[in-house]
Amino acid sequence: MSNLEDLYREIILDHYRSPRNRGELECPPAHRIEGFNPLCGDEITVYVAADGATLSDIKISGHGCSISQSSASLMSAAVKGKPIADVRATIDTFKRLMTVHESNLDDEQEPEPVDLRALGELAALQGVVKFPVRIKCATLAWNTLAQGLDELSN
Amino acid sequence: MSSYDPHRVRADVPLLRRVIDGHPITYLDSASSSLTPRPVIEAMSRYYELRHANVHRGVYTTAEEATAAYEGARVAVGEFIHAAHPSEEIVFTKNTTEGFNLLVKSWGRANLRSDSVVVLTEMEHHANLVPWFQLREEVGFEIRYIPVGDDFRLDLSNLDALLDGASIVSFSAMSNVLGTKNPVERIAAAGHAAGALVAVDAAQSVAHSVTDVQSSDVDFMSFGAHKMMGPTGIGAFYAKRALLADMPPFLGGGGMIADVRLDGYTPAKGVERFEAGTPMIAEAVGMHAAVRYIENLGLAAIAEHERALTADALGRLRERFAGRVRVIGPSDVHDRGGVLSLDVDGIHPHDVAQVLDQHGVCVRPGHHCAKPLMRRFSLPATARASFGAYSLREDTDVLLDGLDHVIELFG
Repeated sequence: MSNLEDLYREIILDHYRSPRNRGELECPPAHRIEGFNPLCGDEITVYVAADGATLSDIKISGHGCSISQSSASLMSAAVKGKPIADVRATIDTFKRLMTVHESNLDDEQEPEPVDLRALGELAALQGVVKFPVRIKCATLAWNTLAQGLDELSN
Repeated sequence: MSSYDPHRVRADVPLLRRVIDGHPITYLDSASSSLTPRPVIEAMSRYYELRHANVHRGVYTTAEEATAAYEGARVAVGEFIHAAHPSEEIVFTKNTTEGFNLLVKSWGRANLRSDSVVVLTEMEHHANLVPWFQLREEVGFEIRYIPVGDDFRLDLSNLDALLDGASIVSFSAMSNVLGTKNPVERIAAAGHAAGALVAVDAAQSVAHSVTDVQSSDVDFMSFGAHKMMGPTGIGAFYAKRALLADMPPFLGGGGMIADVRLDGYTPAKGVERFEAGTPMIAEAVGMHAAVRYIENLGLAAIAEHERALTADALGRLRERFAGRVRVIGPSDVHDRGGVLSLDVDGIHPHDVAQVLDQHGVCVRPGHHCAKPLMRRFSLPATARASFGAYSLREDTDVLLDGLDHVIELFG
């Protein structure tokens, strides 16, 4: 049963039961981005507001499994009020965490290790990589936010 | 019926000996794909070991044998669904979906115009929706839907009006989400009375009850081998001989021609016209073996076995979970197959299925390629358990214990 506990850590269940930053923001001035996981029907809507170079507010609505919902909640807590450049770096680090087991297995260069301390509570999601089908659940909110940041900068 | 023994079937299915995380596998996903018995695996192995050659070409002994095996499979599949002309009315496809693409892109493109009407239902698999949408973008015909009632059955009260002016009515014999079995003969009769042709998606029904395209008067039918204990990669498309004769080719290439010149080609007549390129020969051999295997078990006996399992599971889910587990489908076994779509206390089906996996239980989470139906019942997804010829009451025991664990963790 240890595998299941790797996946459903207490922090994850907590964010699933009591999601942070749930709701909507008025658009405009905020920006609204929808994300879909066509395989399982999960849908997420991310609202982001920028104040200069800072991601000043974020809200999330939609529905999905405990992994997609808790990942979205953890993400919102991690990025709210942060400089957008730092948010982009966190997105990159998180996505590397989600692919670390698949990359460069026999390359001479070791993949750059992910600094789990820099991820804080987000590191609780690292167990997801042992369940490859669920990686798409964990990355749904992140891909949606990344798309939103791209659209904001255009 | 009392002689039916699922344990004998289990002894034939090697995969049922798998152990998952210390638990014997509890396979409850036969609606997605059924497990393969040894006679099917062995028939395909023997074919590759002794008789493999391309079909319809060589004149040497193994080529003749391979052709005989391939065409023999066609006849067996045609007889299995009681086709009037088994050798002339079965086209081998890749799967059920390809059969619908063939129907829509060959018959549909030749026969539908902007003022045509196509009638489908709200409970269709995407296989019987998306190809029609694709052709509609080109042609612009009207699509009407037979609605699904709150009892999870088709609401046929307005059927004649829906069929008025229709060129074709295309529907599933059994829902892959709800388990509902639709009245094929009644809808076919109403369709024909309205001057429409009748197409049936038999993917879910063909291995679980008798199919008779003549007595139910069906014009087109599609199904796949892998849901009937056969291999993946092959399915069958049935069309009445007279209709098939007028249908233009679907895919082009070798094998489907009578003549090719530098200025054009003449298509072959008959079923060859729809089978471009080297076909799935070993898979046809496997599908033939699956037909024989199911016939030996007896479709009536399989249906009775699965009906008993479904009645037992519906009753125990009701008693044990008292509303915390909702079955999205008919609550009794009247006109119903062994498919149980579960809504577990509002817990997301991915989480349900993930916890069940730790108990060795295989169920399918998701929208089951029927998103319009999921929207109809305001559900993003369900966790679906489904029975096959080898399923046991003990499989339901393990499922119910697993559901207890799910509710304990997330409830």
